[in-house]
Amino acid sequence: MPGIELRGVSNFILHNIDVTIHDGEFLVVLGPNGAGKTTLLNVIAGLIPYEGTVLFNGDGIDGLPPYRRNIGYVFQNLALFPHLSVQENVSFGLNAQSRNGEDSEARINRLLDDWGLGSVAHRHVGTLSGGERQKAAIARALATQPQALLLDEPFTSLDRGTSIYLQREIKAIQQKLGITTVYVTHNQREAEEMADRIAVIYDGAIEQLALPEDVFFSPGTKHIAEFIGSPNIFPCDTHTSLTRGLAEIRSGNLTIVIPDDGETVRKVAILPRDVYLSKTPIPGPDINRYIGRIDRLTPSQGHTLIQLQIVGHTVLAEQPTEIAHRMGLAVGDRVHVALMLKWLKVLV
Amino acid sequence: MNKSSFLSGVLPVLILLGLWETFARLHLAPSSFFFPPFTEVVREFFSLAANGVLGENFLSSLIRVLIGFTAGSLCGFIIGTLMGWKKVAANAFGPVISLLYPIPALGWLPLLMLWIGINELLPIAIVFIACFFPVCYNTITGIKGIDNNYIRAARTLGATEWYILAYVIIPLALPNIFTGLRLVSGMAWRVIIAAEMVAIPTGIGSLLMQAESLVRVDIIIVCLIVLSVMCFIFERFFIYMEHKMTVRWR
Repeated sequence: MPGIELRGVSNFILHNIDVTIHDGEFLVVLGPNGAGKTTLLNVIAGLIPYEGTVLFNGDGIDGLPPYRRNIGYVFQNLALFPHLSVQENVSFGLNAQSRNGEDSEARINRLLDDWGLGSVAHRHVGTLSGGERQKAAIARALATQPQALLLDEPFTSLDRGTSIYLQREIKAIQQKLGITTVYVTHNQREAEEMADRIAVIYDGAIEQLALPEDVFFSPGTKHIAEFIGSPNIFPCDTHTSLTRGLAEIRSGNLTIVIPDDGETVRKVAILPRDVYLSKTPIPGPDINRYIGRIDRLTPSQGHTLIQLQIVGHTVLAEQPTEIAHRMGLAVGDRVHVALMLKWLKVLV
Repeated sequence: MNKSSFLSGVLPVLILLGLWETFARLHLAPSSFFFPPFTEVVREFFSLAANGVLGENFLSSLIRVLIGFTAGSLCGFIIGTLMGWKKVAANAFGPVISLLYPIPALGWLPLLMLWIGINELLPIAIVFIACFFPVCYNTITGIKGIDNNYIRAARTLGATEWYILAYVIIPLALPNIFTGLRLVSGMAWRVIIAAEMVAIPTGIGSLLMQAESLVRVDIIIVCLIVLSVMCFIFERFFIYMEHKMTVRWR
């Protein structure tokens, strides 16, 4: 059943967007800065003009102003009202809709407790930590029991640990409520971990709408391949089943251990960002551990692409430039390489 | 306020008064007639207060200031809110307000004397004009400076435009609105004195002019002190109100 449908939606940024987001689906809109991700959310929320049609559960909502669309929207800068307390922020929507009976009060208190905001309910939002502010913004968006939740890169300003914690919380809540969710990000890892499906947007158009593994291992267009980075592909020459659900494949001179589903393996792939590098031996079981030589270092937009030679195979790895500098990586260096089982994609 | 900040605030005033008193008592001025000692001024203040002259004139000025200030600020706030909130209002009022704003409030006096006549309405109208424009402009600035995402967030939460105006826009514009009110609260006293000096036979300004014609420097200084104290009290009141209403979140 369709939750949200966009048919032929265009405006000053977007070009003829056709997307169906299933009821209860978690769709991640992934794309570089300026691609039109936020504009897409604003169209769904009715905050900016557009041509085309937006439907909720099959009903056209183009004529409805934002306040009648019943959408929960978490803005990139959160837009928590600074003159109100946490509790007043969370109850803002219910008060605005004159739904401020006893039920509403109980609902607000429950939301505050669920999100761990009970102890700071009467504090002003300016006094909260980054994580608490994110929680307050999410609780506020959910308070009116919206039929869809829109999140615009809500965790960009948080440290990695808090961000991962809140991503899991959001995903758990979304699954519990079964609420159709559109989550905008430029972070590929975040997209891969959270999405039921990913819509890759580039220059105002959706270039691919697919499952995460398809987006990352079979990029639909050149733009997506450039944005995500081409995966390392290892064609399978021989395949030998091992014990404990594992199998060993040979690809040229390279031996790779993979999870074994009993199916015929055509290729094994891994994204450059998932290739683990170290100057010292990598701890753990000696599976998929290699020694490689650095052939080339290519810095690009905060990341460095590292071209390695491993027993006659060219393998690409990617590290944030700061970390590559800290590791002291240089052309000709010999490095320890690991292809972690959990990041290997088996193509059957 | 701790002891040192109290002393640093009060001590210069005490030194100034001491110098004034000494200077006048030692007859260092060309004529003590034109420069009475501070204590003489205080004595005159109590004398004027006791015979009711000061109270009567002060009350006249105060009522005019309060009416002109309230009406001018209220209209400035309403027009400023409309102009900041709705583009159509900004387009409608903007050119007229931009043309009239640079004219000093006292510049209207000759015209208003002809239009209104010399009566109670004249000083009130002058104070109204003095208060209207700064409050209007500060309200516009406050509203236009609000991050649009707050308004968008309120819309997605189901708030109507009027609800957003009352519960988001005006509260967030309060710091700027109070800046305008603070500015005009002192200005209202300055222009009322000027208007009364020129055109009205009652009020502190009028008392000033009468004292000047009688060469009563002590009364002139009393009037100036009253003016200064009233400006100070009004400004302090709005600083206090601004602090009280916005300190929790600013």
